[in-house]
Amino acid sequence: MLNSSLLQLGAALRSKKISSVELTQLYLHRIAALNSKLNAYITINEEMSLVQARAADVQLAQSEAHALTGIPIAQKDIFCAMGWRTTCGSKMLSNFVAPYDAHVIEQFNRVGAVNLGKTNMDEFAMGSSNETSYFGSVKNPWNPNAVPGGSSGGSAAAVSARLCAAATGTDTGGSIRQPAALCGISGLKPTYGVVSRYGMIAFASSLDQAGPMARSAEDLALLLNVMAGFDERDSTSLPRETENYARDLNKPLNGLRIGLPKEFFAAGLSADVAQAIEASIAEYKKLGASVVDISLPNSRLSIPVYYVLAPAEASSNLSRYDGVRYGYRAPEYTNLADMYEKSRAQGFGEEVKRRIMIGTYVLSHGYYDAYYLQAQKIRRLIAQDFVEAFKQCDVIMGPTTPTTAFNLGEKNDDPVQMYLSDIYTIAVNLAGLPGMSIPAGFSGNGLPVGLQIIGNYFDEARMLNVAHQYQQVTDWHTRTPQHIEV
Amino acid sequence: MSLSINDVYKVARLARLGMTEQEAQTAHAQLLNIFGLIAEMQAVDTTGIAPMSHAQDITQRLRADVVTEHNQRELFQAAAPQIKKGLYLVPQVIE
Repeated sequence: MLNSSLLQLGAALRSKKISSVELTQLYLHRIAALNSKLNAYITINEEMSLVQARAADVQLAQSEAHALTGIPIAQKDIFCAMGWRTTCGSKMLSNFVAPYDAHVIEQFNRVGAVNLGKTNMDEFAMGSSNETSYFGSVKNPWNPNAVPGGSSGGSAAAVSARLCAAATGTDTGGSIRQPAALCGISGLKPTYGVVSRYGMIAFASSLDQAGPMARSAEDLALLLNVMAGFDERDSTSLPRETENYARDLNKPLNGLRIGLPKEFFAAGLSADVAQAIEASIAEYKKLGASVVDISLPNSRLSIPVYYVLAPAEASSNLSRYDGVRYGYRAPEYTNLADMYEKSRAQGFGEEVKRRIMIGTYVLSHGYYDAYYLQAQKIRRLIAQDFVEAFKQCDVIMGPTTPTTAFNLGEKNDDPVQMYLSDIYTIAVNLAGLPGMSIPAGFSGNGLPVGLQIIGNYFDEARMLNVAHQYQQVTDWHTRTPQHIEV
Repeated sequence: MSLSINDVYKVARLARLGMTEQEAQTAHAQLLNIFGLIAEMQAVDTTGIAPMSHAQDITQRLRADVVTEHNQRELFQAAAPQIKKGLYLVPQVIE
């Protein structure tokens, strides 16, 4: 059951081989046994999950079921879910119980999926290793001394260790793709605007985008079908026709043109990642694809641009945490300003404060043009590189990360080194394009390698087709971590 | 880039982040490193390039001027650190 696809689970539920309550309990028991090792979940609420499972069983009995009815899904703790503690990995929100549902949560509730629990994450999604979580770091199921990636590290570890059927994540600079790569699972960041940000705790609003994390491209397609959709409560949500993202899964790849950006294969890429990526490109050629050399000349600027734009937007978004309306308030203070300063100093962790500082500085008087505006202009240059590239190819491929999972603590003292681990993912967020990562092999020390697939705007169905066809002829996505009993 | 320790204090005050002397010194060193990383951006010629905030260049939607939310004060104030008679309590600001 634990290795079944979402389609297989749905079939088992509809044919009464297993009930949603039984399936939910199966996962809850695994979480009870394994979460102390992995720390993938921040909050579990058995009673609330089982209420949903019982309702799903009623729906299933009345044959009103959707493909995901009764399936337990782990939700990143960035999504407000009514009645659930929603912390965003921060002390600031450590006792915040959400009074409403995010659009993503509403969408899963609407089809009768079960909220299995809230997954661990870097504080306010700021991090690439899950080590900035107030609730402690997540361990990589493939090696407990290694990081799971971040910020959606809890979701990635939970999927990888079979502590949920599938999960959600969010991706501002790589936070779905990078942990998916480091934990050996599949993850998709849709085109900006496809999934509503309503009720998703804001980090950098012009970049934040939610997406699914699962074991296969086929599972991702089913999840995206539920998550996507116009929502008027998000001013950047795009009104579009409803799509079936699974419609092209079985198309052959004959004639597919794969663009390989030379910048993604230059210095800094580790040898075992390069080897696995080259092998997967060779596999694609066998499937009928051809390869085109392309260039994204401005992609080298994506890290500096990102570390102006994201902190600037974060400093603005996080100004709402003032210890007045919700969230942490310092126990002692002398006046209102002191209350703000102490509540924020005590409620935020180091990385969050660092980014608020960067953001406040670049937005301060006299620096706006030199930093924020300049970064927004270069953002357009980076996006234009992709527009040019997609004139020559259908999808772009490369490594998701420069190395496999690094060790816990390894990059903690050096923020710049940590920031550089997102070198291949950030440009995609800046351009607003869809990107995904799928398992593509292992390094010599047994850690997973992720292949990144970048598509043109709204080309998620094609990317899922490209990923699914690869997963029909390889078995990397079916491997399970040796330290975890399945 | 010449970010001084006084700039660090000034920014911390603007951001309403309390900071000890030692925290400010650590922050200073780290911010200098990060701005070293960002500096590469300054040399790029962006004359005539329009700033980009959304990939689809959409404009803000308008909505009808009708009530869409109803009052849920009690529900929302349940999360507040301190309230009294439906009001948020903060330290006295007017003498």
